[in-house]
Amino acid sequence: MKLLTHNMLRSHVTGVTKGFPLLIRADEVKLSNVDFNQDFVARMIPKLEWGALVEAADSLGHASDLPRELETGYENNEEFLRKVHHALLEVEVIEGALKCPESGTEFRITRGIPNMLINEEEP
Amino acid sequence: MLSSERMRSKLSKDDKKLLKKQAKAKLILLKHEGIETVSYPSKSIVIANGGLGNGVSREQLLSVLQGCGTVETLLMPRNKPYAFVTYMTAEEAIKAYSTLSGREISADDSELGIILYLSFVEKVEMKETLSPALPPGLMVFEDFVSPEQEITMIENIAWDSELSSQKSLKHRRVKHYGYEFRYDNNNVDKDAPLPGGLPDFCNEVLEKCLQQELIKHRPDQLTINQYEPGQGIPPHVDTHSAFEDEILSVSLGAEIVMDFRHPDGSVVPVMVPRRSLLIMGGESRYLWTHGITPRKFDVVQASEPQAVGTVSDNIDKLTLSKRNTRTSFTFRKIRHTPCDCAFPTLCDSQQMQQKNHPPQIGEVGASILEKEYVHKVYEDIAGHFSSTRHTPWPKVVDFLLSLPKGSMVADVGCGNGKYLGINKDLYMIGCDRSKNLVDICREKKFEAFVCDALSVPFRTGTFDACISIAVIHHFATEERRHAALQELLRLLRQGGKALIYVWAMEQEYKSSKSKYLKERQCSKDLGKVEGINGNANASLPVHTNRTSFHSQDLFVPWHLKPKNLSKFEKTLAHMDQKSINQGPGPVYHRFYHVFCEGELEAMCSQPNISVLHSYHDQGNWCVILQKS
Repeated sequence: MKLLTHNMLRSHVTGVTKGFPLLIRADEVKLSNVDFNQDFVARMIPKLEWGALVEAADSLGHASDLPRELETGYENNEEFLRKVHHALLEVEVIEGALKCPESGTEFRITRGIPNMLINEEEP
Repeated sequence: MLSSERMRSKLSKDDKKLLKKQAKAKLILLKHEGIETVSYPSKSIVIANGGLGNGVSREQLLSVLQGCGTVETLLMPRNKPYAFVTYMTAEEAIKAYSTLSGREISADDSELGIILYLSFVEKVEMKETLSPALPPGLMVFEDFVSPEQEITMIENIAWDSELSSQKSLKHRRVKHYGYEFRYDNNNVDKDAPLPGGLPDFCNEVLEKCLQQELIKHRPDQLTINQYEPGQGIPPHVDTHSAFEDEILSVSLGAEIVMDFRHPDGSVVPVMVPRRSLLIMGGESRYLWTHGITPRKFDVVQASEPQAVGTVSDNIDKLTLSKRNTRTSFTFRKIRHTPCDCAFPTLCDSQQMQQKNHPPQIGEVGASILEKEYVHKVYEDIAGHFSSTRHTPWPKVVDFLLSLPKGSMVADVGCGNGKYLGINKDLYMIGCDRSKNLVDICREKKFEAFVCDALSVPFRTGTFDACISIAVIHHFATEERRHAALQELLRLLRQGGKALIYVWAMEQEYKSSKSKYLKERQCSKDLGKVEGINGNANASLPVHTNRTSFHSQDLFVPWHLKPKNLSKFEKTLAHMDQKSINQGPGPVYHRFYHVFCEGELEAMCSQPNISVLHSYHDQGNWCVILQKS
């Protein structure tokens, strides 16, 4: 699970009102190299919950001094966008869990795959 | 009479052996057949091994018996390995007893000799029985085809032509004209007539039938079966919904005994002479089964030539008739309207009509149904399923390529992820209910997770686009299909677009067949799908793959390839939702609700959604929606 994916997720446990962001408990994190596409990253930023990204990256120790507040005019700031690129696409949680901030429900991440089924009685 | 003591002392080794065998034969006759033998001479003798049941014909046995005197009666019960002979005098019987015991004769169907063992019986009983009546609606016309025409018809069968479909069945040679008869569902594919129609060399026979007003409709389907001696066809009723009332059978090359069975258990063997026409109509077509027992000899009335009619059980007249190669032409008329015969319990049309108005599937029932017949099945077939799902559908690809660079896209029900890597300028996240399918996505380095389409853990209003390809048709109620749609739309931002594909009831649209119908594999005889056990929803019809749909809610079989089986042996613990087929591998059943024209559009019509495009694509109904 990449942090860009994580940024799109929320808890869907019944009764939870916000359920965002999901807390990450990482047992194994993998770093990989993904080709940098400045335009792509710039287009992703408006879709993000910025604070949640920084928080998530920070919790994994890969915040790379990203600012807490998003500043305007980042579109042509390659150095900044490279850092965002790294956090969004190159940091992957392989083993661990996602935790609902309200209910505390945990969803396992195994082999990079979050299992978001609520009723986990089925195979 | 000689005492047995004195007899034994003079016996040779061979004689002792014979006596031993004879005693054994007597014991078997008593034990298994209740035939009491006596140790004093009489006029009647039971001949163990000298029966129709072990291939001895009346003529053959008679010639041996007549060497000892005048035979009053020779009774040969059907399928029994013994016969009873009564001589005019006891002296003749004694002569037969002493000369024929241990006599070896050769059976008609075997190289091996048969040794006769004779024992006296007090008397033999025979009940005079009348020949049973022909099943109502059955007619047999003798000499309907001339000998010249017989030759023409047999010689003109183009067994190897590609114009018509030919299958080699286990028990006989078969060829179809007009329409192919499918042995997997015992029906014809009415959407797929074979090119060329019926062959010209059948015209004469068909014209004669019509001229003599023996039939109402001109047949448009022909199945030619060639039976070698020893081959047969299991008892069956021709599928009601497939064919009209009158079914014609022309017998060429040889006679045959066809067995008709009533559901009450009574059997009527019918002698069908060579070059005759048999017409099954009414009760004999809809209620009685007909079949040919695989054997090399038929038990027939001892008369020459073989006359039309039923074979009685009068055992003083039965004998064996050696079979020869018989070619049968079965002419049928394809039925285009549901069958409305008077035998609803045997009528698939009338059964289907009942099933087309199924009781509403309740909410709890629906989730159980989906769990058993969607979730579990995909989990088990994931590997094989994925190996058959590598080609992305072109119009889905077009949609993904049309999206602006940097779009955030959710693929809800992504399966093996075949769309996740189509457009590198998008960020696509897939999710699916099947862990095994998501594993496959992950192996391809795609972003994917496991979730239920009714509860997708994505933020609201964040996606530029969503796709739902072949997903919503797996929900068992209208409410749940609607809920799945709402969940998908929730993810879209304002102005965001969704593409939805569901399977269509209409597999043929604007007179073009879907790929699904066209791609049917003719070479594969899948065999019969067994029913689904132990579920309240078992009344849902099971679909025959690569044919048109007849019901909106149904089970669609998935035939798992055997080579993939071992991978899934660990999952064999829950075998309950699949039945083991005799053939290639286990069969799984997936629940589907196939959509009628307009149904998907109607479901999508709501205030904040506009339908940008609605179309039929290869047997699917498709919409492109936009959130406003």
